[in-house]
Amino acid sequence: MVQAKSGLINAMGLPNPGIDVYAEEIKFSKTVLRIPLIVSVFGYSADEYATVAKKAVDAGADAVELNVSCPHVKQTGAEIGQSPKLLSEVVQKVKAAVNKPLIVKLSPNVADITVIAQAAVEAGADALTAVNTLKAMAIDVETGRPILSNIKGGLSGPAIKPIALRCVYDIHEEFDVPIIGCGGITDWRDAVEFFLAGASAVQVGTAIALEDTEVFQAITKGVEVYMRKKHYRSVKEIVGLAHRS
Amino acid sequence: MSASLIAANTLRTTEIVQVKTESPTVKTFIMPDRLCSKVKPGQFLMLWIPGVDEIPLSIMDASNGLVAVSVKQVGDATRHLHGLKAGETVGIRGPFGNSFTESRGRVLLLGGGTGTAPLLFLAKQLSAKTERLSFVEGAKTKDELLFIRELNGICNEKSLITTTEDGTYGLQCLVTEPLSSLLDREKFDMIYTCGPEVMVKKIFELTEQRKLPLEASLERLMRCGIGLCGSCVIGKYRVCRDGPVFTAAQLREVKDELGISKMGFDGSRIPI
Ligand SMILES: Cc1cc2nc3c(=O)[nH]c(=O)nc-3n(C[C@H](O)[C@H](O)[C@H](O)COP(=O)(O)OP(=O)(O)OC[C@H]3O[C@@H](n4cnc5c(N)ncnc54)[C@H](O)[C@@H]3O)c2cc1C
Ligand SMILES: Cc1cc2nc3c(=O)[nH]c(=O)nc-3n(C[C@H](O)[C@H](O)[C@H](O)COP(=O)(O)O)c2cc1C
Ligand code: FES
Repeated sequence: MVQAKSGLINAMGLPNPGIDVYAEEIKFSKTVLRIPLIVSVFGYSADEYATVAKKAVDAGADAVELNVSCPHVKQTGAEIGQSPKLLSEVVQKVKAAVNKPLIVKLSPNVADITVIAQAAVEAGADALTAVNTLKAMAIDVETGRPILSNIKGGLSGPAIKPIALRCVYDIHEEFDVPIIGCGGITDWRDAVEFFLAGASAVQVGTAIALEDTEVFQAITKGVEVYMRKKHYRSVKEIVGLAHRS
Repeated sequence: MSASLIAANTLRTTEIVQVKTESPTVKTFIMPDRLCSKVKPGQFLMLWIPGVDEIPLSIMDASNGLVAVSVKQVGDATRHLHGLKAGETVGIRGPFGNSFTESRGRVLLLGGGTGTAPLLFLAKQLSAKTERLSFVEGAKTKDELLFIRELNGICNEKSLITTTEDGTYGLQCLVTEPLSSLLDREKFDMIYTCGPEVMVKKIFELTEQRKLPLEASLERLMRCGIGLCGSCVIGKYRVCRDGPVFTAAQLREVKDELGISKMGFDGSRIPI
């Protein structure tokens, strides 16, 4: 983990005990949660994605989000989320395996995110999340060594917000699909910006480290106050407003 | 932690100015670091060993712009660290976590293994302020007892109890053994502990039976150190952010896990 000036670079990998252990956690979570549970799913092949997604849904997940932004073959470092063809295959397989909403979390590490978004939507994605972390690195000048043992990691936090916002805007410009905005959201203003760009919901990661878990309440409260002041009754009314000509 | 602090608290490299051998497996490393030289006992830092890894370490001492950590060699990162000498470079992130509260009156400190390091730091700060300070330290064998000379300088003879499992120094027993009678004999306003979790659990049980206040510093696998990744959870707490020091009331909330299980590198629950 690198704490960069306006964000974090992490190379967590995806430490996890596998879906069978996790299924127990999903079952337990459903007994205590009063909100929908979306499970993030990852695999090394389309079949693996489908198997894991099905097990998650069978255990009680209300929706699944496909994380396609991690290297799909370790040696090449290529991401499924960078190839419309691979992505399309994964989405179709998962869609056929589960009967719950399917969200695809897109990687910003592409030349044109709308090309990937199109592949996901055409393959059957019910919603898109934009975006995952941006590939990044940091080098210590004293020793001349990359700081992460992994050399490269993913940049998150305030540094990536303008890029994430642009990605959401671009996707909303071309497709009707619901979008979950993600990247550097730290306060209600950031959240509202994403709604205006076209997101119907937002995800918050790095801000937990900056503001701790109270950040969720602070954002929802702030959004409510903003809506009241502007006389909107629902977030739906402002989704994509920045696109009006 | 506010956004500005996280930005100010990025990794910085510093030079090791001194390496001390404390035992056959433990070495102390002293480095200049402005932020970490101002910490309170109980706080920890993330130490970057260039080209190897970054690991969480309790701060053993801090003053005059310097910070010290005492490290036991247990695996890859700590082996590389033990190979470093004065003049070589390491990186520091932190300080992180909360600290022990400063209790007055009569206090008891119980340390096991490298868990003695943050307690030595605490003892130094408390000794002038408390009415009485007692210290119990345990190790497997005499060679592994840490900081005996320093502790002797802080506690008087009667109030430093040492135990070894093989009887080569002090009492031959586990560190928890003299505790029952000590707790029955004397009154304490606060008990502090840090060490292997099985030991912490045992101490917690003894203080709970007697309804005594306790603060325990816990260890969990840590990767980010800033409350984000979830590797360090125990119950509803993240040790890096909500701890590492927990009160008896908090330990009660996590007693199903304390000394029983923790999260492993792959996120699965493993027995302690
Ligand atoms: C808040 C805190 C304070 C600590 N303070 C000290 C200290 O003052 N002195 C000291 O010697 N050790 C301390 N540790 C433990 C120290 O971090 C580990 O011994 C070290 O990370 C091991 O790295 P390694 O690569 O040498 O060993 P590995 O080969 O990686 O593992 C050896 C053992 O160390 C444990 N471990 C490995 N990585 C971590 C990690 N990132 N966090 C926690 N445990 C880990 C493993 O579970 C394993 O049992 C502390 C840990 C925490 C969480
Ligand atoms: C420590 C850390 C771990 C992450 N792990 C995952 C993950 O397992 N799956 C995933 O889809 N995204 C993961 N992300 C990416 C975040 O979900 C998010 O897309 C990204 O960090 C940008 O949002 P933020 O700026 O609010 O953090 C991780 C991010 C961080 C910082
Ligand atoms: S180490 Fe990442 S949450 Fe505590």
